Amino acid sequence: MIAEFLQLLSGWQGLDTWIAITGALAAMACALPGTWLLLRRQSLLGDALSHAVLPGIVVAFLGMNWLEQSDRGASEVVRGSVNEVVAQSVTGDLARVARRQTVLFVGAAISGIVAALLTELIQRWGRLERSAALGVVFTSMFALGLLLIRLFASRAHIDADCVLYGNLETTAFDTLAGTGIPRGAIVNAAMLLMNGLLVLVFFKELRLATFDAELAESQGLRAGWVSLALMTVTAATVVAAFESVGAILVIAMLIVPAATARLLTNRLSLLLVLAPLIAAVGAVLGHVGALTLPSMICSRIGLRGIDDASTAGMMAVTTGVLFLFAVIANPQQGLVRGLFDQLRLQVRIAREDLLGRLYRREELERVPDMRRELPRTWAAWIARRRLLRKGLIQSGTLRDELTDAGRRLAQDIVRSHRLWESYMARHFDLPGEQLHATAERVEHFLDPALQAKLAEELNQPSIDPHGKSIPPVVE
Amino acid sequence: MTDPLLRVLLLQDYNTRIVLLGTMLFGACGGVVGTFMLLRKKALVGDVASHAALPGVALAYLVLEVLAPGTGKSPPWLLAGAGLGAASGLLCAKLIQRVRLIKEDAALGIVLSIFFGFGVVLLTIVQRLPTGSAGLNEFVFGKAAALTVGDVVSIAIASGLVLAVCFALFKEFSLLCFDEAYAAALGWPVGRLDLLLTALVVAVTVIGMPSVGLLLVVAQLVIPPTAARFWTDRLGTMTLVSGLIGASSAAAGSLVSALVPRLAAGAVIVLAGTCAFAVSMVFGRQRGVLWHWLEQRDSERHIGQLDLLRACFESVEETQRRAVLTGESDLTATPIPRESLLTTRAWSSARLSRVLVAAMRDGVVRLDADNHYRLTHEGARRARLAARNHRLWELYLIHFADLAPSRVDRAADQIEHVLEPELIEQLENLLEQDTLRMTVPVSPHP
Repeated sequence: MIAEFLQLLSGWQGLDTWIAITGALAAMACALPGTWLLLRRQSLLGDALSHAVLPGIVVAFLGMNWLEQSDRGASEVVRGSVNEVVAQSVTGDLARVARRQTVLFVGAAISGIVAALLTELIQRWGRLERSAALGVVFTSMFALGLLLIRLFASRAHIDADCVLYGNLETTAFDTLAGTGIPRGAIVNAAMLLMNGLLVLVFFKELRLATFDAELAESQGLRAGWVSLALMTVTAATVVAAFESVGAILVIAMLIVPAATARLLTNRLSLLLVLAPLIAAVGAVLGHVGALTLPSMICSRIGLRGIDDASTAGMMAVTTGVLFLFAVIANPQQGLVRGLFDQLRLQVRIAREDLLGRLYRREELERVPDMRRELPRTWAAWIARRRLLRKGLIQSGTLRDELTDAGRRLAQDIVRSHRLWESYMARHFDLPGEQLHATAERVEHFLDPALQAKLAEELNQPSIDPHGKSIPPVVE
Repeated sequence: MTDPLLRVLLLQDYNTRIVLLGTMLFGACGGVVGTFMLLRKKALVGDVASHAALPGVALAYLVLEVLAPGTGKSPPWLLAGAGLGAASGLLCAKLIQRVRLIKEDAALGIVLSIFFGFGVVLLTIVQRLPTGSAGLNEFVFGKAAALTVGDVVSIAIASGLVLAVCFALFKEFSLLCFDEAYAAALGWPVGRLDLLLTALVVAVTVIGMPSVGLLLVVAQLVIPPTAARFWTDRLGTMTLVSGLIGASSAAAGSLVSALVPRLAAGAVIVLAGTCAFAVSMVFGRQRGVLWHWLEQRDSERHIGQLDLLRACFESVEETQRRAVLTGESDLTATPIPRESLLTTRAWSSARLSRVLVAAMRDGVVRLDADNHYRLTHEGARRARLAARNHRLWELYLIHFADLAPSRVDRAADQIEHVLEPELIEQLENLLEQDTLRMTVPVSPHP
């Protein structure tokens, strides 16, 4: 299987490198504003924005087409005089890319701002909940965009599939004249650079407005403006990235790396470094996955002729897998850690319960008429094994018995239990049989200091409410 | 009768009728289920459901192709796949929210985008199959015109079920919307009800997919209920209105797209809903912007007039230089200079003119031949009342709320307009003012 994987990867060409780089740049550029959106709990704003910029993009495409057509008309007129214009220079091409991006950006920014203003307006005047207002605006604008695409698809060379799902593979062919660098890579690199600079320069403002908007206001920082600026930057990033990864997958690039990084760290500065890093790793893995996984899986289930799949889609999936890893294995509160902690606690409780039970049985001084108790849960089983290994109990002929060291520990636990029962009996009007249940829980969590405090408050009692003796403090 | 417009509007084409029925049923279901989701503040859950349906559809297609090549385009199985995809997406979103650091919005966004990404991967694989992906695109973008009788029958059965569940469990769902904790305290299975509601969202997504496409299904869950919210505060009525708006926008969209086939039905249906929303937002009887604005204007006018009358009273008081005004004649005979009104209320000249014109129209102020304003009899009565209320409240604040006399004017200004007769009576008793003679107490501050 690994051999097959490597064999598939050996087909990696320069073009693939560029695809991976373009995807990684787009994902990194998105991850920066996405982190702030995540922290501000506005993740769905990214979703809404990426839908809402669609009409703006379509209109911009139409405008650009119109511009290029008139350009072509003009250049045909002057062709006779300047023949060399046909051989375009790198700078000229760069200028064209810049113009194209500017037109696209203006269109998208306008529709992004219109969406933001409409949402605000509907929310305020209609006195509606924010997500509802957002939902109305972005679905309407998305529908408008789809309709425009349908109407003008033939005229603007714009394809609904491409806009929605992105087409990273073909953008790599669209290189800057004479250099072989894809335009998408340049555009996204510029976006990444700009976002990075903005975050560096306005780090304090963003942090303040995100975590304490009121304090920000009181210090003269208009949180509203910060919010609007963040939206505009997000819109611009979405536009830069959408040609590579598509309007909807942009959301994955915005939110998922940020969320993954958030699981790994609590520090803001580290978060802002980790999120783009994860985005880049996810993107590169995405392209690798797109080249290898589909054909590996499809050939096994009997579908022939599948060589690859959408890189943009696979990027979302691999980033999702990274997120899943973080959910399961993150050191702070991942599922693994949580399960482990829970297990440890259960074993500790079972161990202490066993010790307490053995102590009480010794107290009764009954003839050992019972057979050895078998552990009823797996936690109890592990607990017993551990106690035996540590020499706290020993396996007698008929039953387990406490060793001296074990008896000291057990004494402490039983002391906690009975002190708590006495305390409860003193302060709460509970019938005797109900004291036991709470004490059974609390006994595991009373540390020596608390134990001493309880004993002091109860005047160092020696008898608990059930008439049993409270064992003395263990030296 | 070959005019296409008439043909469509009179529903002469069998096909048009079929399509109309299918989309309208979906619209009604979306509106009804969406109402509960909107009130539960989970309007955008439908967005996740619809995006997560894509991998379900594509996976179902692939499985069918693997099992028996060429059978991929079987709508029932594809829809079942869509349902499974949407359901597992919502389940994942719920599970992810268990991680404390990931909030609800992030969980929804993560699930939406990853599932959609997976869907796109599968879709490209389907496209590379020899059979192609023609059948799948209809589920993404919707193709209302291609609805068949069989489709509409299944849509009708499914939407009938959805509506029946909503009707049968209306009481439970409404309590879930307004007071989940109370419902839980009553011992209702809140978790299961929530799950059922989620299942209904999935069902609506599946119902709508063939007609409007999975990308726009969410619009039918969000827009109609939001529009209905402007018309009523009662949940029953709102559900009904929302269903009606959903159905009628679906009808409008289908008809337009039947007339102009280039316009995709899904998008037009959504935009028709948007128009309904815009109209509701402006004209909605309960929360509409227009009514709210009118009410506000009325109350502002009322307040303006009261303020004017009091200013008139104070102006007369000043010119008469008398502590207590008793005679009616004093109030009606004394000319009121415009400047004194301007200075007392700090109004702009234009605003004062507006208020004065309104006051003259209401017959409380008159402009005499000598070009001076005077109060009419009715105006004098009301002015006395306004000033009295103001000063009673000022006195109350000074005596009982320990406010400094220099500050009570402002405080009284805000409350005097809403003092009710009962409250005035209480104030009179408290301050031992003579009720019968209706004297106006002396202003407690200069």
